Amino acid sequence: MGLVSGYNLRSMLVRKGTAAMTAMGIAMVVAVFVMTLAIAQGFRSTLVASGSTGNAIVLRKSATSETVSAVLKNQLPIIESMAQVARDGDGHPLASPELVVIISLPRISDGRPANVPLRGVGPRAYEVRDTLQIVEGRRFVPGTREINVGRQAVGRFRGLTFGSDVKFGGATWKVVGIFTADDASFESEVWGDVDLMMPAFQRGGYQSVTVKLSDPAAFSSFDVAMGADPRLDLKPQREREYYEGQSETTGTLIRVFATFVTAILSIGAMFGAMNTMYAAVAYRTREIGTLRALGFSRLRIVTAFLAESVALALIGGVIGCILALPVHGLSTGAMNMASFSELAFKFRITPGLLGGGLLFAAIMGGIGGLLPAIRAARIPVARALREI
Amino acid sequence: MALIDLRDVSKSYRRDALEIPVLNGVTITVPAGDFMGLMGPSGSGKSTLLNLLAGIDRPTRGSIRVADTEISSLSERALAGWRARHIGFIFQLYNLIPVLTAFENVELPLLLTSLSKKQRRDHVMTALGIVGLGDREKHYPRQLSGGQEQRVAIARAIVTDPTLLLADEPTGDLDARSAGEVLTLLQRLNREYNKTIVMVTHDPHAAERAVHVLHLEKGTLVEQVESRA
Repeated sequence: MGLVSGYNLRSMLVRKGTAAMTAMGIAMVVAVFVMTLAIAQGFRSTLVASGSTGNAIVLRKSATSETVSAVLKNQLPIIESMAQVARDGDGHPLASPELVVIISLPRISDGRPANVPLRGVGPRAYEVRDTLQIVEGRRFVPGTREINVGRQAVGRFRGLTFGSDVKFGGATWKVVGIFTADDASFESEVWGDVDLMMPAFQRGGYQSVTVKLSDPAAFSSFDVAMGADPRLDLKPQREREYYEGQSETTGTLIRVFATFVTAILSIGAMFGAMNTMYAAVAYRTREIGTLRALGFSRLRIVTAFLAESVALALIGGVIGCILALPVHGLSTGAMNMASFSELAFKFRITPGLLGGGLLFAAIMGGIGGLLPAIRAARIPVARALREI
Repeated sequence: MALIDLRDVSKSYRRDALEIPVLNGVTITVPAGDFMGLMGPSGSGKSTLLNLLAGIDRPTRGSIRVADTEISSLSERALAGWRARHIGFIFQLYNLIPVLTAFENVELPLLLTSLSKKQRRDHVMTALGIVGLGDREKHYPRQLSGGQEQRVAIARAIVTDPTLLLADEPTGDLDARSAGEVLTLLQRLNREYNKTIVMVTHDPHAAERAVHVLHLEKGTLVEQVESRA
């Protein structure tokens, strides 16, 4: 290792310009890699944060998402009466019948219409989702045309500011409160009374019922009881699992895209590293011959030059991670393929993602350096010594 | 007892379809403790012969025994290890690593041994002391004169206390005074430390310092001359 750290790293400094350019090439690829995966990470954690392990969402059997599910009005009391559903202090079941419709509102950024999810909820929705908090104003009063708006939707769509009136569903609605939900997807939504939303959008029933379970362990008996009731063609899912599933389509799409883009970029960066290392080997042929004549084995030469390439790439990787860091926490929006509506979320750069970026850099350095390192080791010693 | 025993060694290179003979059936024995000069015009095969002795090139035919090891049949990997233990090589252009200090250059062959850092330091300082450069350990090659560079290279060659010192035109790039110093140093290594040395040169003054001189011409040994030294 003495040879590696002393000789190779110092030799790298002799050719600062080329080394710096190679490191920057790798830095750019790592930055793109970390940033695009930060989108996938942010998207996923936003949806996963929506689901609580203590809640269950009830959908029609075989429905894959709320938008294609249906729960009849007369099924709600049956669900509410089930023993596994938690009650509040007054004995009211903690269940929220819900309906999600898409309304079109112009985006503030470019004025073009975008799909905004509107969620009609039951009067106890805020108790069922205990991460929700009103940060400005108050909750809407059931039975009135009042709405609450998620923090991420405020400022993204025209009309969705505190105290303003918005027109949709043939009526005018007043924004009386802004809420947060621990960065969950609800923050991109507009919430109002489900019993007013149904007639406004000509719907005859709900799409889903979300219940707080008396105990998270009660889920399986809840599932069994619901399956046994012939009046209910419904199926509960743990809320967290449901939202994890919802993030899959778009999450996978973003990841595939990220992988594709970074794979292409990384080929360029690897050729860059390879070029630099071939030049380094050519430049130091006589030194390599000398080392071999002194008794350094081929394996040691390969290792030394690979280490040099990987070290160079890791320097690039660290720079790339630093370049990517400022996007952490920035908000952006993406079409949620499960609901066809805009979901706002934040770039999330996790330590794991940075580790992945560095590993990716090391792999690029390793692949880029391998052939030049092998060439270095294979140069016939006698010929290498004749090089000037 | 012969330290080096070359029997009927031939070496030829292939260039495209052409076979170019460099050495033709050379047989030499060198006893331990000898200082052997190898002379001959350019292209006579003297450097090739030295490379064969160093195990950095392989003969086309014949047997090369050095310190009782038949090196022509060793694997590449075994040969590298053998070189590290038995050969000290001195090059015409010194071949010091420019990014390493004199100390680090001399230390290089010791990195292949199991010596501790302190032991390595002692060995390096001893070797630098022998070549008279104990005060230049922190200098980089570019901060040394040609003669000093070659002395650092000699320190590197002797630091592992190898069986055999091989020198390829060690004074070929030096002025007369530096060349004289280097040759005196080689003579001292031979006489005081009983090092076996084989030195390739085309300079008759340099060859005079050797104990025996062999002449090569067109790949064949032509005569053996007792040196005046």
